[in-house]
Amino acid sequence: MAEQLDIQELEQVVVRFSGDSGDGMQLAGNIFSTVSATVGNSISTFPDYPADIRAPQGSLTGVSGFQVHIGAGKVYTPGDLCDVLVAMNAAAFKTQLRYAKPNATIIIDTDSFGKKDLEKAEFKTDDYIAEMGVDPDRVIACPLTTMVKDALADTGMDMKAILKCRNMFALGLVCWLFSRDLDVAFNFLREKFAKKPAIAEANIKVIQAGYDYGHNTHSSAMNVYRIESKVKEPGRYMDITGNKATAYGFIAAAEKAGLQLYLGSYPITPATDVLHELSKHKSLGVKTVQCEDEISGAASAVGASFAGALAVTSTSGPGICLKSEAMNLAVIMELPIVVLDVQRGGPATGLPTKSEQTDLLQVLFGRNGESPMPVMAALSPTDCFAAAYEASKMALEHMTPVVLLTDAFIANGSGAFKLPDLNKMPAINPPYVPEELRGTWTPYMRAENGTRYWAVPGREGFEHILGGLEKDNKTGAISTNPENHDLMTRLRAEKVAKIAVPDLEVEGDADDADLLIVGFGSTYGHLHAAMDELRASGHKVALAQFRYLNPLPANTAEVLKRYPKVVVAEQNMGQLAAYLRMKVDNFVPAQFNQVKGQPFVVSELTAYFTQLLQK
Amino acid sequence: MYTAQDYKKGQPRWCPGCGDHFFLASLHKALAEIGVAPKDIAVISGIGCSSRLPHYMATYGMNTIHGRAAAIATGAKVTNPKLDVWQVSGDGDGLAIGGNHFIHANRRNIDLNMILLNNRIYGLTKGQYSPTSPRGFVSKSSPYGTVEDPFRPAELCFGARGHFFARAVATDAPGTIEVLKAAHDHKGASVTEILQNCVIFNNGTHDSVYDKEGRKKNAIYVRHGEKLVFGENNEFGLVQQGFGLKVVEIGKDGYTLDDILVHDAHCEDNTLQLKLALMGDGDGFPIALGVIRDVAAPTYDEAVEAQINEVKAAKKYHNFAELLETNDIWEVK
Repeated sequence: MAEQLDIQELEQVVVRFSGDSGDGMQLAGNIFSTVSATVGNSISTFPDYPADIRAPQGSLTGVSGFQVHIGAGKVYTPGDLCDVLVAMNAAAFKTQLRYAKPNATIIIDTDSFGKKDLEKAEFKTDDYIAEMGVDPDRVIACPLTTMVKDALADTGMDMKAILKCRNMFALGLVCWLFSRDLDVAFNFLREKFAKKPAIAEANIKVIQAGYDYGHNTHSSAMNVYRIESKVKEPGRYMDITGNKATAYGFIAAAEKAGLQLYLGSYPITPATDVLHELSKHKSLGVKTVQCEDEISGAASAVGASFAGALAVTSTSGPGICLKSEAMNLAVIMELPIVVLDVQRGGPATGLPTKSEQTDLLQVLFGRNGESPMPVMAALSPTDCFAAAYEASKMALEHMTPVVLLTDAFIANGSGAFKLPDLNKMPAINPPYVPEELRGTWTPYMRAENGTRYWAVPGREGFEHILGGLEKDNKTGAISTNPENHDLMTRLRAEKVAKIAVPDLEVEGDADDADLLIVGFGSTYGHLHAAMDELRASGHKVALAQFRYLNPLPANTAEVLKRYPKVVVAEQNMGQLAAYLRMKVDNFVPAQFNQVKGQPFVVSELTAYFTQLLQK
Repeated sequence: MYTAQDYKKGQPRWCPGCGDHFFLASLHKALAEIGVAPKDIAVISGIGCSSRLPHYMATYGMNTIHGRAAAIATGAKVTNPKLDVWQVSGDGDGLAIGGNHFIHANRRNIDLNMILLNNRIYGLTKGQYSPTSPRGFVSKSSPYGTVEDPFRPAELCFGARGHFFARAVATDAPGTIEVLKAAHDHKGASVTEILQNCVIFNNGTHDSVYDKEGRKKNAIYVRHGEKLVFGENNEFGLVQQGFGLKVVEIGKDGYTLDDILVHDAHCEDNTLQLKLALMGDGDGFPIALGVIRDVAAPTYDEAVEAQINEVKAAKKYHNFAELLETNDIWEVK
């Protein structure tokens, strides 16, 4: 068998690690993506975890997955179906097979397919491979647990600690399958467990054992793959999740603006990692308050903003409903805050760990009164950095709350992030009251672009009172004057409408597309991949992905009307389509709507778009 | 030096005779005596009659949304611990819709001066019962009397592990100024309950202590380190009896001044302070006025600053560029 070893060149490959929530699949996946990124491959990752912290071991509901997509060229998504599935137990094998391609290589730990394991996973027979209709030749069935125990037998480690290293054996096997250099993985572990060198060395030993197992047995004539890197943008990179990138964006913006960063937040999946990340960075002066509720998170951000901070509140799901009251207060007081909404499945508690784009209309319109508010949506895990930075800049420079939409998919997913240079990022200049207005200034005096000036407490001569009641445009005193309210309503709307945002970019066959695909935010990768596939098969297709939802780019109507067919694809029941129809006369697009809590599947998109093209 | 005038602004719009007028005048005077510059003061209120107060202050401030004043004040104080933050709420704003923020501001011990203007009624919405209205209270929303018990603010404050509680009557300027100064001097969350009349919807609610004569008979001024005596000629006093307190007449039934309890506002254990705070309301005890509890404890805002300084000293990264370097980085050449 060994002689038949065949090295296949691949453009891209998708690996899915799956097991119990406690099996360390995410760590294995992270190390594999780092190892791949180091050789210059593009990466995109996606963790798919259950809402239960630890469902019963071996049960079908307790399976968590971590998918890694690596490519020689650019990869836009974590991939639809995987080429390699690692299933650490029977339940993972059963539930995750649906994410595997028909010819995928499947790695299983036969030690976790005993009678009880099979019962828990609700298998009906002992021949689980046949029962699932899998070709046994595609399966690397190895007694993984036994081999991990053997590898660590003389370390003196207890059984619990030994079993924790199972994920590393699987990682070693996968590294062998893809001819990966193990040194990077070893360095990663030595750094991660710098304070526990014995653990690091045990993990390293097991990775090597997994790699050697693959190498020595060639696992019954499995293919070994090689993915060369084609597009290399030189620079220094790190792997980053969307939530971490978002936190970094806020940190960078605060530093650039010369302001303290304040986060008021209440723990909520999947936004909590932003609170975790920012709470670590006290050495940068970041202040985080874990508030008593979502309301307080947003309200305290308004207070922090009044006192002169870059103030942020982060949330998801039902949290955004609770924050709308304080967001509106920031609208009428014209104070800058950034509201991060990491969207998840709804309504109510909905699908806490899953992803949707269903808050768009709420953040645009879901408040009492006329409440204009800028809204942005990040395109990818790494774009979360730039989006958080821009949202902060927009809030501070225009004295307005700004909503930044991300979602569970890009918040938990990761990509290779080229380290930014803060010196080269655009300046952030809040409109502080100019000194020459001393003596004549009133709180609602506006700069040329319609923005109210900012007077931060502590500055003598600019003491003033803001509030949730309508104020007189000239004096800043409470006013119920009908003309004044009408004027103030218009001034607030104009201020937001005047914010300059870049034109909507059209990618692909911008000049002569038969079909324009339109989306917003996190679906960028999937829609781009779908466009690429359609173009590769000879169709004329373009993509316009909205990153700025309010105000809309100035060329929106022109772009949407330029093409014979337009489809708006979104992970909701048609919120962007409805909004665009409201904003653009006689715009009637086709729609692709899905709310499964899972990312789009590129093949489903292309199938639907092909139908549209053939109509 | 400042005068009360330096903190005044505008013409209050409260009903003639409203207790808020009296309180506002005392606040202006107290701030002048405290002497913090108006530029360094933020007065933050929620919504309600009393929450209009910031509009009559020549300081920084916000008249925000219903119930959220404590949360908003928290963000302001944590951001800038040098700001002298006064959070003003009524009984509905502070204890009904804002109840959660009230207890957590106390628990966290953020250095806020929280003022609770208690008239036991919703005034701005024109006369509904509030969370401090007594059981059976008849109002527009309870025409047959309420069937629920009220909060007693001190009990709520103590239950939330509050370290400062004081009480004054709005019409009693010296008493109000004294407790406001003490509230300001206390580091950490302080709750000052102001007994205040609503002339329109709940007239007479604090009648027993609203004028000087009434206070002589029905109130006891408590001061740390002083005997708990009251009455026109200080002829009565408080002694401990069993698990409770008892009013005695000095010189009668064998009680002498030596038997009278000495007030200890600094005592960590709040048992007797709570008993003092809950007196009154027709139980034969006088209503306690003054600083009832004032115990030193670490404050949230100072602890945050201290932690930042500790972590700054311990960590090697102090700006964004250095933060990036703490990650696993690879180079593509």
